[in-house]
Amino acid sequence: MLGHGSGGRLSAELLRDVFLPLFSNPVLDRLDDQAIFDIGGARVAFTTDSFVVKPIFFPGGDIGSLAVHGTVNDLAMGGAKPLFLSAGFILEEGFPTEDLRRIAASMAHAAAAAGVAIVTGDTKVVEKGKGDGLFINTTGIGIVPEGVRLSASQARPGDRVILSGSIGNHGIAILAMREGLEFETEIVSDSAALHGLVEAMLAAASGVSDAIRCLRDPTRGGLSSTLNEIAEQSQVSIQIEETSIPVDDQVKGACELLGLDPLYVANEGKLVAIVAPEAADSILAAMRGNPLGGHAAVIGTVGGTVGKQRAGTVTMKSAFGSTRIVDLLAGDQLPRIC
Amino acid sequence: MKYVDEYRDPKIALAIAQRIKKKVTRPWVLMEVCGGQTHTLMRYGMEELLPAEVELVHGPGCPVCVTPLEMVDRAIRIASLPDVIFTSYGDMLRVPGSETDLLQVKANGGDVRIVYSPMDAVNLARANPDRRVAFFGVGFETTAPANAMAVWQAKRMGLNNFSMLVSHVLVPPAMRLILSSPSNRVQGFIGPGHVCTVMGYQEYDDLAREFHVPIVVGGFEPVDLLEAIFMLVAQLEEGRAEVENQYTRSVNYEGNLPAQRIMREVFEVADRKWRGIGSIAESGLRLREEYAPFDAERVFEIEGVSAEEPKECISAMVLQGLKKPVDCTAFGTRCTPMNPLGAPMVSTEGACAAYYQYRRHAHETVRISC
Repeated sequence: MLGHGSGGRLSAELLRDVFLPLFSNPVLDRLDDQAIFDIGGARVAFTTDSFVVKPIFFPGGDIGSLAVHGTVNDLAMGGAKPLFLSAGFILEEGFPTEDLRRIAASMAHAAAAAGVAIVTGDTKVVEKGKGDGLFINTTGIGIVPEGVRLSASQARPGDRVILSGSIGNHGIAILAMREGLEFETEIVSDSAALHGLVEAMLAAASGVSDAIRCLRDPTRGGLSSTLNEIAEQSQVSIQIEETSIPVDDQVKGACELLGLDPLYVANEGKLVAIVAPEAADSILAAMRGNPLGGHAAVIGTVGGTVGKQRAGTVTMKSAFGSTRIVDLLAGDQLPRIC
Repeated sequence: MKYVDEYRDPKIALAIAQRIKKKVTRPWVLMEVCGGQTHTLMRYGMEELLPAEVELVHGPGCPVCVTPLEMVDRAIRIASLPDVIFTSYGDMLRVPGSETDLLQVKANGGDVRIVYSPMDAVNLARANPDRRVAFFGVGFETTAPANAMAVWQAKRMGLNNFSMLVSHVLVPPAMRLILSSPSNRVQGFIGPGHVCTVMGYQEYDDLAREFHVPIVVGGFEPVDLLEAIFMLVAQLEEGRAEVENQYTRSVNYEGNLPAQRIMREVFEVADRKWRGIGSIAESGLRLREEYAPFDAERVFEIEGVSAEEPKECISAMVLQGLKKPVDCTAFGTRCTPMNPLGAPMVSTEGACAAYYQYRRHAHETVRISC
């Protein structure tokens, strides 16, 4: 029986136990957010993602813009310049055409802003009760520039961990909308296309070869899942500092109220970069010069596997100087009783 | 964030930790009653700040953890009925019953929904007159007034499709049980700040006097807890056994009187079973006879459902502060948050889950070195 997926441990186990043994090949086995391979001399990045977000309209976006941003970002995390998208729609009978028009317009706007074209698509209608309003799948193709090789398996001891901005905004915006929670100031999703930011980072890093080891966008499962995946795939440990992780006051307040930890809350317009220490300053400066990286910060370092530091583990130093494990969650974060 | 940041200020925290170090002259065993306090201690690694003389053991105050297995089974039975919308706070959904949990009921097609207030459940009942809506009324004195209010409102609205599965427990009887045990080690208590916000702290005077044990009502932030520990250590070192209040920004002596009134109007004190511990006399609340039509146990005729606790789980010892989670042979191996044997491994407030999530490697290291 499947539990509800939200990144974290359940999804990781599903991948490991069901799909990987059957689909295994060298491109897939890298387990990055996108597949990268050569076609006719070009290095092509290829990725797909399905969007089932509820509610479909939320502060800061909707399922349409999210479907564009999500796939563009998966390509961008491979260092690729995104070029073309497909869009597949699964509609439940009775879904309002007006809403669909609004969502399609939002997708068109997001694609134009990101400089990508939606070049093919598909629509299926399922019987009432067999879907949940609207699901969207987008697939994307991009080209990876010469010399750019990013992978979650390339983190090395001594590398710096950079986060592009505050965490938790998307997940809390969705939760607040879904559950009818009201706050003094509306919390807005951070949904955004990140390839422009990535381009600026790659330019800033061009002086040092392989200065950017890895980029990831901490979506489902939040920052903690992303860092755990990188630590696992690179067989390193990662140490982060609680005080250096930006969290907006509104998000902090909502998390306090609901008993949630922002480290596990989804983002849709943030990235984590693992970079060579000697290039960290210039990359950080380039990020801060971009509107989507204005609050970028070094939040930690990659460590080895000696003593208390174990391969595949992420630890966080609190403001008190004590250290705790930042684990993958067993499933969804559940709001606490009191 | 106001009222939070200042209570997480490392400078203030370290200064209080220094005062504790200066004050303490010999070993003391203290218990924080609340699961929320345990969570803060683990999350911030606060034991690292304390002198070796101060040992903290973790109390029974995690509402999810003390809800008896049979009550979870009853919830599952109700939630599996086709005409029912079963509503609950989020963290009860993953608590294992004898065979399954509420999340699995949901995955099998049961209508199980997370709500943030019992009034959400009442509103669901109003909006769905053809469905029966049940709410899992779990918790200590903290959640009891809101739950009482929901039942009171439902009665006033004349709803006949709303009921509450009540599993309310009270803190003072549990503290009495711990203190009465011949193997008790606890010499001072950090009292439950949220419970006392509702109830005040007059009912703790008897416990302090009778067992000559200091009780300091404490808050939930790192600075709150350190200050409460300092106040306890000071009392112990000076031979005092008084009830003091550290959490003055929220708690007063009498408590919240209107909240207490609505609790008394809807609930009455009753014997209650605690998970792992067993029945404790007059340790919980049940609906008064006037509110029987809202009692899910009667509406769904499930009073007969009972269950045996897994033998390997030592949660009873953990909840009474007699053992630490890492003393359990199943900890981190046969019992993890993915496959919990007992409830303290489920809730983030549970001592076992808090150890597992934040500290398990620290303890592995300790074990290896000794």
